Amino acid sequence: MHVCQPCVSLLLSRPLSAALQQSTRALHQRAHLTLLQHTLIELSCSSYVLSSVDLDAAVHPSPLQEISEEEAVQIHVPSALPPESSTLRPYVDESETLSKLVQLGVNLWKLEQRPNVGSMLVRLDFDADVAPKLLLLKDLGVEETKLGQLVSYLKSKKFSKQSVAAMVSKAPYLLNFSVERLDNRLGFFQKQLGLSAEKTRDVVTRLPKLLCGSLEPIKENLKVCELEFGFRGNEIQHIVTTVPKVLIANKRKLTQIFDFVHNTMDVPHSLIAKFPQVLNAKFLRIRERHLFLEYLGRAQYQPSQPNYISLDRLVFLPDEVFCSEVALATLEDFERFQKTL
Amino acid sequence: MTTQAVRLFRKMNGLFAVYKPQGVHWKHVRDSTESNLLKALNSCPPPAPQLALQFQLLSGGENCSSKDVVLSPSMVPTLADHPLVTGPQFHKVHVGVGHRLDAFSSGVLVLGVGKGNGVLEHLCKSHVTRDYTLEGEFGKATDNFTHTGRVIEKTTYDHVTLDKLERVLAMIQGANQKALITYSQVDLHTQEAYELAVRGLLYPHGKSPPILTGLRCIHFNPPNFTLEVQCVNETQKYLRKLIHEVGLELRTSAVCSGVRRTRDGPFKVENALTRQHWTADSIMQAIAHFRPKTDKRIDVNV
Repeated sequence: MHVCQPCVSLLLSRPLSAALQQSTRALHQRAHLTLLQHTLIELSCSSYVLSSVDLDAAVHPSPLQEISEEEAVQIHVPSALPPESSTLRPYVDESETLSKLVQLGVNLWKLEQRPNVGSMLVRLDFDADVAPKLLLLKDLGVEETKLGQLVSYLKSKKFSKQSVAAMVSKAPYLLNFSVERLDNRLGFFQKQLGLSAEKTRDVVTRLPKLLCGSLEPIKENLKVCELEFGFRGNEIQHIVTTVPKVLIANKRKLTQIFDFVHNTMDVPHSLIAKFPQVLNAKFLRIRERHLFLEYLGRAQYQPSQPNYISLDRLVFLPDEVFCSEVALATLEDFERFQKTL
Repeated sequence: MTTQAVRLFRKMNGLFAVYKPQGVHWKHVRDSTESNLLKALNSCPPPAPQLALQFQLLSGGENCSSKDVVLSPSMVPTLADHPLVTGPQFHKVHVGVGHRLDAFSSGVLVLGVGKGNGVLEHLCKSHVTRDYTLEGEFGKATDNFTHTGRVIEKTTYDHVTLDKLERVLAMIQGANQKALITYSQVDLHTQEAYELAVRGLLYPHGKSPPILTGLRCIHFNPPNFTLEVQCVNETQKYLRKLIHEVGLELRTSAVCSGVRRTRDGPFKVENALTRQHWTADSIMQAIAHFRPKTDKRIDVNV
């Protein structure tokens, strides 16, 4: 079974159509070079007499025939680039825009998987299109454009410059939004969660994806926490400020983890609200570790009892540390136990 | 000149066993192993980029004056081989799955990489037996024979003793032995058939329903009990139904609370890789460990 390596992506992606701009310096350099070589070859040959009135010779001149400088300059050299390609590889060296993008660290391979992005990139002119946007993103404070309005709005809501920069780098699609949409979203979070402005800012800075996606799943998750799980308002506030990912987590997985932790491990609501990181962890991990502790007789999750194990230590410690400190057993024992589940 | 990544890829051929946890679809296991192998392959250093001749306008040497610019040649790495333009070196590794385990069951799952997939197909079609540990619970019956399904009826089980259970198991085993002999297409009145049966080399030829070659109870603590089964051509749903039928024979009802595969052909649970070990180097070690066993097994079968 032969596996073709980067060739597979060539076959699967769509073909691009080449339209290189005239003003690529490298292209001109190469054309100039081939002309130089052409004339050098002619001049270095020994004397070849120009055949005089032969019509055939005029129509099909021999390549070793001497011609004048003006005629040499008028020879058209077709470019060696393919007119169509499914990747940007043949064009990167020739195009100034593409090579500068690569030097800046843009992942061209990932971008060209999207439809039509490759053709668009090949057609861009670096100085006219790309450079101003890059400078804007660098400053994040130009007032005249629409992007500048967004940034000034965020600044008016007292987001610091570093937090705005962090949000934009984590969720670049923020820049596409209008000001009213952002306003609605921020207002929704403040009202629904009942958080102060400072805490809302903190949550949004840490997880800017909250502002990008639809609000329906977030509302659903909040309802699930309140009605199905039975958390009180202040507990939900604490959970969301500690682990904002709970708002966009998968509802089914969240329910599965909560069901196991509350019903099987018998952990009360107050303790779960105190350690909300457990809701963000992998279910299999929690299950295996809890069953191992139960098998050893060390599953004690009440803070008042001796040998108490806190939920965050249960979930966050790496395996070796968990086995040696919490379970007081060896890693091999844990693996052997895993194979009996 | 082969790169390190290509050499590693060529070594990735063979079979290994993985311990599938309960509640996880087998496709997820296969995808995780494939992405871990790809991660290891793509983390190898990429091949050196090709150099291209480029004429650059540099200021002239000592011979010319400082204002002259001269075309001078230099070898420059082409950007076409830059990793940001070509992407990762490897996109796909062929990882195939042997006899599948459904999401409710756990246990040994055999995976094959590269050329091992051909061997895997051969192994699947052959008559290897598989070992299962089935956990059952008396007292209720559900719609999908598991303890998480919708309960249909509840019964008492005080009358069930180990003695009665063993009698029921012996009856089931007898029926299965008969089926084994029928499907093995040997004439029972011949000497060869007797010798094969004595050595335990009878196996079903061609298509056959699931047949249990061995069945016994290893733990009995009402309402819970554990059975150990060796079978051929089975599905996990059939084994859960078996628990249900054992309950019916004992005039009560039973559900299955766990199906765990402890052996699939020559692959045993001691050598199966747990989730922490689904990385490339552990997998390569496991492939090297199983290579002599699978070769021997194939020779015997063929």
